[in-house]
Amino acid sequence: MPPLLEARNIRKVYHGGGQLFGGEVSETVACNDFSLSIDADNPTFTTIAGESGSGKTTIARMLLGVLDPSGGEVLYQGQDVRDLKKDGQQRFRQDVQAIFQDPFEVYNPFYKIDHILTTPIYKFGLAASKTEAYEKIQEALRTVGLRPEETLGRYPHQLSGGQRQRITIARALLLKPKLIIADEPVSMVDASLRATILAGLHTLYKDFGISFIYITHDLTTAYQVSENIIILFHGAVAEAGSTEKVIKDPQHPYTRELIQSIPVPVPGSGWIEEDIEEKEVEDLDAEVHTSGCPYALRCPAAMDKCQEPPPFFRTEGERAVSCFLYEESPVLQGNDLHEVFRERDR
Amino acid sequence: MSVNGGNKETLLDIRGMEVHFETRRGIARAVNEVDLTLYKGERFGLVGESGSGKTTLILALLRMIKTPGFIAAGSATLDDGTDLLKLNREEIRRVRLKRVAMVPQGAMNSLNPVMRIGDQLMLTIREHAEDGEIPDKHTQLKQVEELFYRVGLKPAVARLYPHELSGGMKQRACIAQAISLNPQLILADEPTSALDVVVQRQIMQTLRKLQNELDATVLLVGHDMGLMAQFAERVGIMYGGKLVEVGPVEDIFHNPQHPYTQLLISSIPNFEIKGEFRGIPGVGLSLLDPPTGCLFHPRCPKAIDRCKSVEPQLKEVAADQLVSCLLHEEDQHAPAS
Repeated sequence: MPPLLEARNIRKVYHGGGQLFGGEVSETVACNDFSLSIDADNPTFTTIAGESGSGKTTIARMLLGVLDPSGGEVLYQGQDVRDLKKDGQQRFRQDVQAIFQDPFEVYNPFYKIDHILTTPIYKFGLAASKTEAYEKIQEALRTVGLRPEETLGRYPHQLSGGQRQRITIARALLLKPKLIIADEPVSMVDASLRATILAGLHTLYKDFGISFIYITHDLTTAYQVSENIIILFHGAVAEAGSTEKVIKDPQHPYTRELIQSIPVPVPGSGWIEEDIEEKEVEDLDAEVHTSGCPYALRCPAAMDKCQEPPPFFRTEGERAVSCFLYEESPVLQGNDLHEVFRERDR
Repeated sequence: MSVNGGNKETLLDIRGMEVHFETRRGIARAVNEVDLTLYKGERFGLVGESGSGKTTLILALLRMIKTPGFIAAGSATLDDGTDLLKLNREEIRRVRLKRVAMVPQGAMNSLNPVMRIGDQLMLTIREHAEDGEIPDKHTQLKQVEELFYRVGLKPAVARLYPHELSGGMKQRACIAQAISLNPQLILADEPTSALDVVVQRQIMQTLRKLQNELDATVLLVGHDMGLMAQFAERVGIMYGGKLVEVGPVEDIFHNPQHPYTQLLISSIPNFEIKGEFRGIPGVGLSLLDPPTGCLFHPRCPKAIDRCKSVEPQLKEVAADQLVSCLLHEEDQHAPAS
């Protein structure tokens, strides 16, 4: 049985820049050789983490089949998503759901909330009657912690951001998906509601066995919800594995820098005082053009070898690091990050 | 912390500040009877969820509230007696940058896209120079280079346009502009919310270093509690336009007194707790239809009957710690935190 969704060495290169005023055409590698498979029978909760420009949304869009990869392929049950026929397409759209960042943008302000919930039922023929449809809707709303009587019949502007985001989750749930790809689902929501929404996602994974790909720049929420994490840097995976291990004991020099940079909510822990190296500070978030390790320019441990792209070294059972510092560890065969991931405890 | 003990001189005294927005459905009190004292040379963090009035408050200090918003009441007095809320257009223009400067949230929208960075700073220097004392071009350039050095930019950046700069460099350029006239008060509105964490740390360290050099007061506005814990010496918590608690950063994080602050602190995710989610129950309030009594009472797990009718006042409950909660007005009912 092929996996539910599989990315095989996907790549995305954006061309652009400069043409209007006659400058050079630039190439941005938003995603370089990314492989991951999601198995429907063994649910996983995986974070794809990275800073702006690291390519995390590009990966999400390719996995959702809304963006064509420049190389490699995305397979749904073994079939390239670009070649899916009508019914395959329909099943793909039902099994793999998306939750987007902005709960304000996904609604048509002229339709009541009911519309966004009845549409999928109608389109996918999920209910035989109107009564059954409403029962399903009410059940989905309750699952995400909303009271149907306070939600249905209202317009989007009458609801808060947190409520709207939970309705998008309820809508995804209606379709009984096997995988939900959530792109920064809580970054527009206030801290007080963030926990409620993340708890909702976590329940869907734990109790309903839905796999998640959680895309974020926020490692603290990633640590809270996910079992596995992929750290991206400039389109390439720096480190991947169990969230516990990667965050508590980062091995890739970039992951280390990233985690040290997070301001922890403990006053006086030295984050602001500690002098960080003042080298070329202004070039930190500049574009990187290299065929080797994209972090090498900034890396305190860079070697000559880093001019070549490092493979994944499997430093332990649940971790792969793309860095030559670990070249004594075995190379991860086939590049599929799923190999080092942990599945839901049974 | 040294700032909180001993001789603290007041830099800015805000009393009874009210900022209202007139809408078709009534008046929204975005800033509601705020009293706040900022001391010289301190780093103060103002925290609140979206819509709590924190940004409105600092915009009011610079008199940048646009209609339908207006300053309805109150005063904000600097140490020399200047009331920021009563100045006329020309007077406030002279105060901006020279005494009170702002580091904006979206640095990308705050620079003129068709003007070189250096020229923008020189314009600032000329515009705000005392009458007849405009320095010559060479001196202006020297000043710009000096400013760049202090914020960690290379002199060559002066010749670049904003689109040629990264997000972090743009924010540095904005900070250079903010400190160009040595202000005593720097208002920073989530200056790093659009930046990556690695860059964020560098920018905040730069801001901290400059604050030290200038001995300026920084009022940092935001909702990132981690950033507040690391940067601020004192923290104020806003809810629904009101200041509900003010205290030294250690007390706010380790011994919060207001039920809202307590929930806010316990909802911060950290690397210690996994698979556990704590939020604040209920939904945020509507400023157009605020509850009676304490604004937080519909969501408050510790609310008592009086909270529905009596509006609490900000009162000192411990040294330097102010709380606006009825539970603290009756000493015997002080809640265990």
